[in-house]
Amino acid sequence: MELCDLTLHEIKELFAEKEVLPSMVLASVAKRIQAQEESLGAYLALDLEAAFAAARAADHRIQAGKPLGEMDGIPFALKDNLCQTGKETTCASRILQGFVPPYTATAVQKLLDQGALIIGRTNMDEFAMGASTEHSAEKKTKNPWDPQRVPGGSSGGSAAAVAAGETIVALGSDTDGSIRQPAAFCGVTGLKPTYGLVSRYGLVSFASSFDQIGPIAKDAEDCALVLKAIAGFDPLDSTSLRGEQQVDYTKGLEQSLHGRTIGLPREYFGEDLDAEVRRIIMGAVEQLAELGARIVELSLKLSEYALPASYLISSAEASSSLARYDGIRYGRAAADRGDLATFYTQTRTEGFGPEVKRRIILGAYALSAGHYEKYYQKAQQIRTLIGQEFEEAFRCVDAIVTPTAPTPPFKLGDRLADPLALYLSNLYTVPVNLAGLPALSVPCGFVQGAPVGMQIIGGPFAEATILNIAHQYQKVTTYHQARPCGGRKGGSR
Amino acid sequence: MNFEAVIGLEVHAELSTKTKIFCACSTKFGAEANTQTCPVCLGLPGTLPVLNEKVVEYCLRAGLALNCQITDWSKLDRKNYFYPDLPKAYQISQSDLPLCRDGSLSLASGKPIRITRIHIEEDAGKLIHSTEGEGYSLVDYNRAGVPLIEIVTAPDLATPEEAVEFLEKLRRILIYLGISDCKMEEGSLRCDANISLKPAGTKQLGTKTELKNINSFKALGRALAYEIERQSELLAEEKTVKQETRKWEEAKQRTLSMRSKEEAQDYRYFPDPDLVPIELDPDYVAEIAAALPELPEEKKHRFIEDYHLPEYDAELITGSKYLADFFEAVLKHYCNPKAASNFIMGELLRLMGEEGLDPEDLKVNPAHLGDLLQRIDEGEISITQGKKIFERVFRTGASPEEIIQAEGLRQISDQTQLLIVVNKVIQDYPQSVRDYLGGKEKAAGFLIGQIMRETKGQANPQVIKGLLIEELEKMRQE
Amino acid sequence: MSVSEQELRQVAELVRLAFSEDELRVLVGEFNRILQFVAKLNAVDTTGVPPTVQGVKVKNRFRPDQVRPSLPRTEALKNAVAVKDGSFVVPQIME
Repeated sequence: MELCDLTLHEIKELFAEKEVLPSMVLASVAKRIQAQEESLGAYLALDLEAAFAAARAADHRIQAGKPLGEMDGIPFALKDNLCQTGKETTCASRILQGFVPPYTATAVQKLLDQGALIIGRTNMDEFAMGASTEHSAEKKTKNPWDPQRVPGGSSGGSAAAVAAGETIVALGSDTDGSIRQPAAFCGVTGLKPTYGLVSRYGLVSFASSFDQIGPIAKDAEDCALVLKAIAGFDPLDSTSLRGEQQVDYTKGLEQSLHGRTIGLPREYFGEDLDAEVRRIIMGAVEQLAELGARIVELSLKLSEYALPASYLISSAEASSSLARYDGIRYGRAAADRGDLATFYTQTRTEGFGPEVKRRIILGAYALSAGHYEKYYQKAQQIRTLIGQEFEEAFRCVDAIVTPTAPTPPFKLGDRLADPLALYLSNLYTVPVNLAGLPALSVPCGFVQGAPVGMQIIGGPFAEATILNIAHQYQKVTTYHQARPCGGRKGGSR
Repeated sequence: MNFEAVIGLEVHAELSTKTKIFCACSTKFGAEANTQTCPVCLGLPGTLPVLNEKVVEYCLRAGLALNCQITDWSKLDRKNYFYPDLPKAYQISQSDLPLCRDGSLSLASGKPIRITRIHIEEDAGKLIHSTEGEGYSLVDYNRAGVPLIEIVTAPDLATPEEAVEFLEKLRRILIYLGISDCKMEEGSLRCDANISLKPAGTKQLGTKTELKNINSFKALGRALAYEIERQSELLAEEKTVKQETRKWEEAKQRTLSMRSKEEAQDYRYFPDPDLVPIELDPDYVAEIAAALPELPEEKKHRFIEDYHLPEYDAELITGSKYLADFFEAVLKHYCNPKAASNFIMGELLRLMGEEGLDPEDLKVNPAHLGDLLQRIDEGEISITQGKKIFERVFRTGASPEEIIQAEGLRQISDQTQLLIVVNKVIQDYPQSVRDYLGGKEKAAGFLIGQIMRETKGQANPQVIKGLLIEELEKMRQE
Repeated sequence: MSVSEQELRQVAELVRLAFSEDELRVLVGEFNRILQFVAKLNAVDTTGVPPTVQGVKVKNRFRPDQVRPSLPRTEALKNAVAVKDGSFVVPQIME
C-alpha cells in the first residue's frame, strides 16, 4: 500500500501526527502517474511543478505547527470543465483549445483557500456529453480495472485517476449521472449534491438546470469532507442556495442505520438490469438490512420517462449554452475568415465532435417553432411529475437504493456507434437530476473483475443521510478499499 | 382610394443604472473599446448572470408611470441568434411574461395610445465597421449587458406626427423618472416602427413593414411619411405590400428592404435556467409607486397653479425635466416666477439654441440667474446689461458679481454723476436740443442714446431720462 | 413523427453547423430513432401540469447596483484569435 492509495481522511490523520508530509503524498501520487498515466490516460493536463511548490509550503505549515486548512496539502484533480485562472480549460473539446480563463470556479477557489493542491485536469466526454469518456476530442481514458473497458463518463478521467491512485480526490460534474456512473465503473465513491448546494460559477455549462459539481473519492467519508469544503451559497450563482449554516457532513456518519427506512423502487430492477449486477445490488441491500435498515419496496412509475425527458431538456439547454463558441472571443477559430456565416459554421463544425453536434441539433429542434410544446415543454412537465413522485416517496423512506448503472463497465468502442445505447447507461442516474436530488454511488462488488456501484438517493439536502448510509455500508464492506493497482481486493468483511 | 396608417412603436431605452444588468461592469458611455467588460458580459464559459436589482426597479417605475399592470410572477428568457455583437449568442430578455403590461399614454389631443408591454433585457455590443475591402469588422463589448427596457405600443398611432409626439412624450417621462438619459444620438433611446395601411374608415388590417435604424425624432417622422407614400403607391397600383423589415437610410431619406418575413429568425425562446423567477411583492410595487417623481403633466399643472405661469410657459419649461428643475432652483433665489420664466424662455433658450446645448449640460448655476434677476429688479443693472452679463454667465459659468466686477458693468444711478454727463450731451448736441424744444419729443431718445454711449451703457436709463427731461424743461422755461 | 433531411439541414443552419450529404443521412437515421425514443413521453398525461424549468425553487435573486472593476483590456482580449485596436476582429459585416 502506497501513500497515493490512501484516503483523504487517512492522510489528514497522518498529517496531524506529522508522520507524513504533503510533498511525500504528492511524490507518491506523481510516481503513480509516472508509472501508469501513459496507459490509463486520465489526465488532459498535469501541473505537478506548481503542486510541488504548494506542497512544500504546506510541509512547512505542518512542521511549524501552524493552523491548517481543511484540505491542506491534499492532491486534487479537476475535471476539465472547471475553470481555474491561468489554466487551459477545454472541456475536452477542440473548440476550446487554448482557452485560459481569467477566473476560478467558486468550488475550486474554496478548495484552494483551504490549502488543496491542484495537480491536473482530467479527461471527460466533450462538454460532459457522454457516459464513457470516449467522446473526448483529446484521448480515450481506460478503466483502471480493465484496460479493455471504459471508465464511464463523463467524469471518466476524474474517476479513473482516483481509482488508480493518480490523485487522492477529484471533482467531477453530474448532469445526467456523470459523477455516479464513472464512480461505479471505476470502483470509487462519487456524490452528486442537491442542485444548488455547490455553486456552478466557473463550471462550463452543459445543461444549467441539471449541472452540479461533486466529489469523486475513495469512500463516503472523503466525499463528506470534500462536500463540506465546496458547498455553500455563492452570490455569483443565482441558483445557488442559501444554507442556514455550513453543514458538517462528517458528523452524522457514525449514526446507526437502525430506524432508517430504505426504499427499493421496482422500476430500477426491471429487465434492463444485468442479472449479475442485480445479484450484487441485492447482496448489498441485504447488508443494509443487517445493519438495521428497514427495506421497503416502492414504485416510481414515471422512471422510464426520465431518460427521454432529460435528453430533451439537457440538449435544449446545451444548444443555447454552447452557441457562444463562435471563435471570436476565445477558443479555436476557423482559418477562413471570409464571411461571417462561413466563419461561424466552419468554426463550429470543425470544433465540435459528433455527440455534441447531435445534442445541439436535437436541442435546437426541440425548442424550434412548432416543436416547443411537444418536446421541450412536455419534458419539463414530466420533470415536474417526476419531482412530485420522488417527493411522495420520500415521505415514506429516508433513502432510495438502486443500481447506479444497469450494466458493468462496457468495452471501449462497444456503444460508440449507437448514441441511444450509450445514453441508456444513465437510465438509473438521470431521474435524480430531473428532481434535483442528492445521490451517491458506492462500490458494492465486481463482475468479472469490473466494479459495480450501488446508488443511494436522498431527499433534498439529505446529503448527510445518504453519506451516513454509505459510510455504515463501507464499515462492513471492503469493496471501496480494493485498488486496481494496489493489489488489495475488496469484499464483504 | 384613401388610406389610413396604422402605426405601432417598439422603443428601447438604456437604463441609467451604474452597472450592467447581469454583472458589475460600469455602464458609463464613451469609454475606450472593451475596457468595461468582464467574464460575465463577455460570455466566457462557466460564468453566470445575476440580475441587477435596480433594473427591476427602473422598469417598474416606467410601468407604473405608464399605467401598466405589473406582472407579479415574471421570468427571464433566452432569445437565441448568432451575431458577433452578442457574446453568448443569446440575448437574455423576457418573452411571455414581461414585467409590465397593458398600460397607456395619452397624446395632447387626449387620444390614448395603448402600451402592450414593457420588459427588461440586455443590450448587445457595438460593431465597428471598417472601410470596404479591408475584410474585417471590429467588436467592442462595452455596451454588451447594458440594461434596456423595451416598450411596445399597440398599433394605435395614425400619423407620423402622432408617432413623433408619442415618442417625445415618452422620452420626457423616462427622463423625469430618472431611469434613462434617452439620448437618441448616443443610442440610449432607439425606436423601431411597425406600419401598415388600411382603406380609410375600414377595420381591415394591411400587411405591415417594420422600420429600423431610426436615429432621431425627425427620422421617425420622415421614415413613416416615406413608408406611407411607398405603401399607398403600391396599394393604389393594386400591388401587394411585402411583410418585411426595412431600414431607414438617413442619407438618401428612404427605406430599403433588409430582410423578408421568410428570412425571419426562429429565436427559440426558452426560460433561462441560469436565472430564477421574479416574484413581486405588492408592498414593494406600492413602495415604488409611492416614490415616483412628479411627471411632466403634473409638474405643468403645478407650475400653472403655484407660480401662475401661463399654460404656454408651463408647457415649454416642463418640456425638459432639467429646465423645470432649473426654473424651480432659480425661484429659490428670486421670487418673481413670471420674470424668471420670461428670462429663461427668452435668453436662456435662445443661447442654448445658438450653442446647440441640452438643458442637462447647462453650466449656469440657477442661483446666479436668480441673483442677476434680483439685481435687474433693484435697478443695479439695466435689462440690456443683464442680458449681456447673462451671456457671460451662460458661457463661463462665472457668477454675475464676478462679471460685473471684472467688466465694471455696474449701473450708474448716482444723480450727481449722471447730471454731469447729461449736461455734456446737451452742450454737444444743440441741434437735437433745439428740435426737442421745438416740439420733436423723439429727439430726447437720441440724446438718451448719447448719454448711454458716454456711460458705456452703465447709466440707469430711468434715471437719465428723468434728469434729461428735467434739464430740457428747465431750458424751455429759461 | 419523423424528420426529413431538409428539416435537419434547416436546424443545422440555425445552430451554424454543416453536415456533408453522408453525415446528414446518418444523422437523419439517428435523429428519427431519438424522436421515436422521446415520443414515449406522449404516453404521460400532462394536462395542467406546470413545467419545471429551473433546478431550484428559489426566486428573486438580485445583485446590488455597485460597480466593480472590469477586466483589464489585455485580459479581456487575450483569449481571442484575432485582435486589432483594442477590439475583437470578426469577418467584415456588410451593413
